[in-house]
Amino acid sequence: MLISNLELIPGKKIVQHLGLVQGSTVRAKHVGRDIMAGLKNVFGGELKGYTELLEDSRKEALQRIEQQAAAIGANAVINVRFSTSSVAQGASEIFVYGTAVILE
Amino acid sequence: MDSFFGLISFVVLMLLGYFFGSVAEKKHYQSILKREAELRHIVVIPQRFPRVANVTESFLVTGSVVISVDYFKRFLATLRMLFGGRLTSYESLLDRARREAILRLQAQAQSHNAKYVYNLKFETSSISKGQKDRVGSIEVLAYGTALVCS
Repeated sequence: MLISNLELIPGKKIVQHLGLVQGSTVRAKHVGRDIMAGLKNVFGGELKGYTELLEDSRKEALQRIEQQAAAIGANAVINVRFSTSSVAQGASEIFVYGTAVILE
Repeated sequence: MDSFFGLISFVVLMLLGYFFGSVAEKKHYQSILKREAELRHIVVIPQRFPRVANVTESFLVTGSVVISVDYFKRFLATLRMLFGGRLTSYESLLDRARREAILRLQAQAQSHNAKYVYNLKFETSSISKGQKDRVGSIEVLAYGTALVCS
């Protein structure tokens, strides 16, 4: 599955548009990481635990968008956008959306 | 007595934050400048329509970082919020986060032998609001489409 945030794929032709596909995950941080983050909030610096957590959830959202696109018979998702929002204190939602297309 | 201990812990936290925070920031800037020089050959541009010939492969690349401000700077920012004006301590935090995110994106593109990253987009969100709705830590995500050319 080809995933891209361009509107056209260079060197390839779009045969058919299949409409919007989306994937999202809501994740919460766990307590151990919260304690580490509390310490880091004093010293400053990167919160590696959170970076990994968000990377994992982004991968999962991308997997979901791929599944959804494959289910409607697409072989690529173009014009992909990411969006993050905090749903509740300590939990955030990662949302990915794009256009499913069939490439030549 | 209680307020005395409160004051002591405040001062200790301020000193720890000031010391470790400024060391961490200096180190981070040094490593950012070094890696930026190393990865300069990978072109990253926010252009939507690539003008590159002979593209063999294209795929999504991302780079993200969650970074936190230290206690001392957060206190300075709270003081600043009384008077208004520029929050320099947060400006450098956001600058570091964005540049780090681009570097990670470039590193990912490099590991797949891509030379260009088109349509770069940024996404910024605050992770923990901290007490009293203050910005504690921020997440920056940079993403774009990497192109491999023959």
